[in-house]
Formats: sequence, structure tokens, C-alpha cells
Amino acid sequence: MTTTVAAPATTAPAAKAQVKRSWTQHGLLFVAPFLLVYVAFLVWPTLLGLRMSFTDVNIAGSNDRFVGFSNYAEAFGDPRMWRSLWNTLVFTVLSTVPLVLLGLGLALLVHNLRFVQWLWRLSFFGPFLLPSAVVSILWLQMIYPPEYGLLNGTLGTDVLWLGDPGTAMWSVVLTTVWWTVGFNFLLYLAALQSIPQHLYEAAAIDGASAWDKLRSITLPMLGRTTALIVVLQLLASLKVFDQIYLMTGGGPEDATRPIIEYAYDVGFTGYRIGYASAVSYILFVLIVIVSLAQLRLFRKRAEVSS
Amino acid sequence: MQDPPAITRRHLLGGSLALLGAAASGCAIPVGLGSSQTRVKYWHFLGASDGIIMNQMVGAFARDNPGVFVEENVLAWGEPYYTKIAMAGAGGRSPDVATFHLARLAGIGAGEILDPINVDLLAEVGLRAADFSPPIWERAHYQGTLYAVPFDAHPMVQYYNTDLCGRAGLLGADGKLRPTTGADQLLEQLRKAKEVLGGKPPLVFDALGLGTVGPWRVWYSLYPQSGGTLLSEDGGQVTIDDQKALEALRFMRRLGEEGLCDPTTDYGASVAKFTNGEAAFLWNGDWEVTGLKERKTPFSMTRFPSVFGSGAAQADCHVFVLPHQRDRDPEVERATYQFIAYLVKNSADWAVAGHVPSYLPALQEPDYLALQPQSEYRSVITDVALDPQVWYTGSASRLWIEFGGAFSPVISGERTPEEGLANAKAALSRLMSAPNPFPAEER
Repeated sequence: MTTTVAAPATTAPAAKAQVKRSWTQHGLLFVAPFLLVYVAFLVWPTLLGLRMSFTDVNIAGSNDRFVGFSNYAEAFGDPRMWRSLWNTLVFTVLSTVPLVLLGLGLALLVHNLRFVQWLWRLSFFGPFLLPSAVVSILWLQMIYPPEYGLLNGTLGTDVLWLGDPGTAMWSVVLTTVWWTVGFNFLLYLAALQSIPQHLYEAAAIDGASAWDKLRSITLPMLGRTTALIVVLQLLASLKVFDQIYLMTGGGPEDATRPIIEYAYDVGFTGYRIGYASAVSYILFVLIVIVSLAQLRLFRKRAEVSS
Repeated sequence: MQDPPAITRRHLLGGSLALLGAAASGCAIPVGLGSSQTRVKYWHFLGASDGIIMNQMVGAFARDNPGVFVEENVLAWGEPYYTKIAMAGAGGRSPDVATFHLARLAGIGAGEILDPINVDLLAEVGLRAADFSPPIWERAHYQGTLYAVPFDAHPMVQYYNTDLCGRAGLLGADGKLRPTTGADQLLEQLRKAKEVLGGKPPLVFDALGLGTVGPWRVWYSLYPQSGGTLLSEDGGQVTIDDQKALEALRFMRRLGEEGLCDPTTDYGASVAKFTNGEAAFLWNGDWEVTGLKERKTPFSMTRFPSVFGSGAAQADCHVFVLPHQRDRDPEVERATYQFIAYLVKNSADWAVAGHVPSYLPALQEPDYLALQPQSEYRSVITDVALDPQVWYTGSASRLWIEFGGAFSPVISGERTPEEGLANAKAALSRLMSAPNPFPAEER
């Protein structure tokens, strides 16, 4: 699971046409290398994928006759597509809530702990630096094995963490939270450190308690960061694939298969690239909806604050 | 508030360059071969202890053929292997030869992903149709064209610990396991072994885990014994006999319920437990012989027990295929056929790995007949249950993984046999209704 942070959009200055043209001339030249790569590796494949979703193309690139919307029709009538889409949504909800709340909690804790701060920062952020394969194998081979795993050994239980449809998704979420909470933690910590100290001083003079300060200063001042974290987290969680593929392969009984793995399964092991493209575009639409909702949300906030 | 650690632009650039350098040197392809050698790229997935034998055979070929360098590339077994073959064949820049499972031939798009075998070149290196087991040779064809050179068959077999079975009084006067017939005799045998083990499950097999296919292998050994089939001859109709299918599943559940098999062992754990003498029986393919011998486990092997009638056992076959290449170098091609012929003609060496040769002359060789315990189960070769010949079957296919996933919770009791069968049948009908990615009429 990787998180990409979009660069802030440059707003064109409302200036004279003369100035604008020269910006275009120089600017285009500067962004040309990026644009070239962007078009070749993002725009073009996106369009190609859309085209593929209307054909029955296989992994060898043959059999690419146009089939209209039949891939989409098949996908909407495919219980496993719905199941995997549902799994992705369940994972998104189950992981986003603790990842945001825990990130905030840890940041507050570290911010207020005034000794060996670097150690806390390192401990909470450390797992985020591990590649998904390392994290998955660590949990799969050492923590979750039912017979000799650390978790059953510590708790004295006998749970098939990844083998039982009832616990598998929770286990995946637990691993993910441990792995990626550090990123949200870091964003919150940075935001906490940029809250002006004088607000707290003023509050202290007014006799505010620690709880009042948290409720009336800290949390409101973190509002924008929270919005950012929630959106980044939603997008990252919707893209879940690595750890589930590596830890459960989508099982048991399809209880954890996310929609990206379903697209991978029908495309790369089932050799049906056309159908896999259609499934991918269903997720694509979902992500676009979330992004649009986020844009609206941010715009409203901006209006309110201005 | 603390300042963030200062990273100057120079540091960043220097660091990135160092990283790039490390990445570049890590990707370098090992060269260092004589320029006069013909290089044959060979992919296979033989990662169990049969991989040790394959590596020795490739080494032996190199000693006998100094003009050819075989670059052996061992990839992970299973679905990812077949994805890689498909991708390599689709791109046309693929390995010169690859090991493959015979039952996957119908689903790979032979003709697109795989190139046909040149029968003339094959004759030139001394291999003819008459040299191979006829049903296997026939299945190496797809729509009348030969796409694979058969190498072996690898049935499900029963490994048994001679020490534990001896203490349980299960061995005959000749020191071999007394064969059982029917469910009751097998259960009785397992109960005796359980006593010797102090109540621990005496039987292990791949019963659980990521993409497990073990439950399918066991079921497709038991179910065909009573004459059960999956699909009609043309692959168009489901022909599962519910009574017989449930009978086999209930038997598997009973093994789990009575603690006669361990439902919590995955593939690795099942082999490890048997190797360490923590279990008296292992149901697995025939490929773990070498590893068990190396670790000095006191063991022997025999045919999969007959429970419901015949002595059928699930099996697939290893074959050699030529993934599609846009430009095949004639010299490399000749060397490739030489290499294939060398391996096939030395099938008796390969049989050391446990597999039953499909090259008939090897079956008569005294070397093979003297192999112990590998020749103990060779009679199964007429009773093997191969997958139905449709596009979604074969080793590590969707069918295996779906059925494995449906039956694994039956063994542990999380699902009833009826639920397991219903899930498997639902999966089968999904697979049947999905379109073949390589439709036959295209070619």
C-alpha cells in the first residue's frame, strides 16, 4: 500500500495575456519531461485499459474483438465481484477508523512525552518503513500461525487468525494498522508542533484545564490535517492489495479478497485481461466518487474558513 | 519544538545516486559464460526435493555437452508460474524450454503462448511417439498438434514411517506396510498408529493454508475410486455424483473428527511432521523422496490406499513445452531438443526424485526397477486420475484452488461435507460459465 500525495494545484494568476503566454512557453518546456512520462505511463495506459474493458482480449493480446458492455454486464452480475468490492469497502472502513484515531492518539502521546521523544517517534514510525512483503511474511509466519505463532502463544488462545473467515479480515486490518499508523502519526505530530504556543498560554491564563485545551484548541487546529489524513487514508485503503495477497491470497472462502486482487486473479491467472479491465474500472469509478466528495468537502471548508 | 534533521540538497542528491548505483549493480545479469557456448534458457518450478535431482541432471548434461550452457531458472510453483509463462509467451521473448503440467495444456492457449513441438527435430534427437505412455502422449496434443514432450507422471502416494508402523504392528513379514482395503481397515490402521504416537494424529497432508490444493488432491484420489467423475467427456456437463462425492468428504471429515489426521497442517508443516517422525503417514505427491532420504527419516512408500473400490490416485504429469518466441535461433532450438532428449532418456535418474517416468524404455531399466521405494508404487500408473480436459484444470489451476478451499474447512469441521460440496459445485459452475480466454475457434 503506497500513499501518493498530490502536488497542490497551481492557480493561474489573473494577469495579462503577455505574461501568461511567456509562462506557457517556459513552463511547458520545464514540465515536458514529466508530461511525457505522465502521458506514456498514466494517461495512455488508462485509455488503453478503458478500451480493453470493452473487448475480450486475453493475456496474449489476441481475441480482442469488441464486445460492448458485456464485460460490465458480466461484472455486475458476478457475485464474486460484489463480494470483493464489499471486502474492499469493509477493509476501508475497518482500517480507516483506527488508523486515524490511533494516529492522533499516538501523536498526542508523543507530543506530550518530554523524554526520549526520538525513541517514540522511531518506534511508531518504524514499521511504516518496511516493505509490504516483509510485513506480511512477518505476521504470516511469526505472529499469526495457529500452532506456534506469537499471538496465540501470548494470549493462550487457539484461533486460526488468517484461516477462519470470521477473523481473517480483522487480522489483516490489525497488521495494516500496525504497519501504516506511523504515517498518520507523523502527519499529526507535525501538525501538533505547528500549533502556536501562545494559544495554550492564553488558555492557561484563562484557567483552562488540559481537557478544555485539547477540545477547544488542539482538535480544532488539527481540523485540516484530519481532513487530509482521512482522504489519504480512504484512498490508500481502497487500493489495498499487497498484504492481503501475501497473507491470505484472498481466502479463506473469499473472506478477504479485495477488488484489486479479483482483477488480478481474473486477468493474470485467469488470462482474461478484458474482463479484468472492466472490474478495474468499477473500482476506478468508486475512487473518483470518493475524490469528488473530498473536493466538495474541502471547498466547503475553505468557504467556511474564509 | 524540535527542528527537523537538516537534509541539504547535496546530501539528497548524493544519497539518491548511491541508491541508484546499488539498484543498478543488483540487477546486473551474471555473465561469464564462454562465448562459444549455445545458451539454452530453461524455466522450471521444481522447488521440492525433486529440484535437487533436476539440478544434478542439468549438471550432468553440462558435463556431457560442453558446447551447450543450460541456464536453469527455478521459479515458485503454482499460479504465479503460469502467469509468468503466459506473460513470457505473449511477449515472444521467453525461455527456450519450460517444465509444465500436462493438465494445464488445454488452458494456456497452445499455439499462442506455446509453440508446437517440431516432431522432425524430436526424431532427430531420438524421441518417437512409440517411446511414451500412450494416454499421456495423446494428451500432450492440443487439437491434433503436439505441444509438449512428456516427462513423468506424479501420482498421490502414501508415505509411511517404517519405525512407527513397525511398533504399531502394521508391517508384514517382508517389512512392508500391509495393504488395506476399504474405509474400516484404513481407519483401524490409523488408530493403531495413533496409539503408538500417544494420541497425536498419525496422518498428515496439506490440509490448510494459502491456496491449498491438498484437500482437492485427497478428495480426487478418494472420489474416483468409486467411479465418480467431475465432467462429461466434452466438458459441457457436470457429472458429480453427490452420494459418492459426499461419501469421500464424510470420510475426510471423519479423519479430522477422530483425530486421525491433523487438519491444521499446511503443506510445509505436513512434510516437516512426517520428516521428524511426528506422524506415521503422509499423503502427498511422490516428489518428497529425496528430502526424506537426506534427512534419514525411516520411511517407505506405497500406493494411495484403496478406500472406495479401485486404487485410483490423483495425478498430473510433468512435460516440457516451448513457450512462444518470435525469433527462434535454429542453433539454440537444436540444443534445446538435445537437452530435452537428454532429460527424457535419463528418466531413470529422474525417477530417483519419486516421479514415474512416462518414457517407456526407462520403466524397463534395471536401474529403475531396483529403486527403493520409488518402484513400489509404479503400478499406480494405470490407475491415475487425471483432471478433466478443459481449460480451467491442471496443477495450481482455479479448479484445484477452488476445490481445495471448499474442502479444507470440511476436514477441520468448520463446514459440513454438504456445505463443502455445494461450495465446490458452485465454483465449478462459475468456471464452466466463464468464457475461455483462448477460445478454440480463434485458431
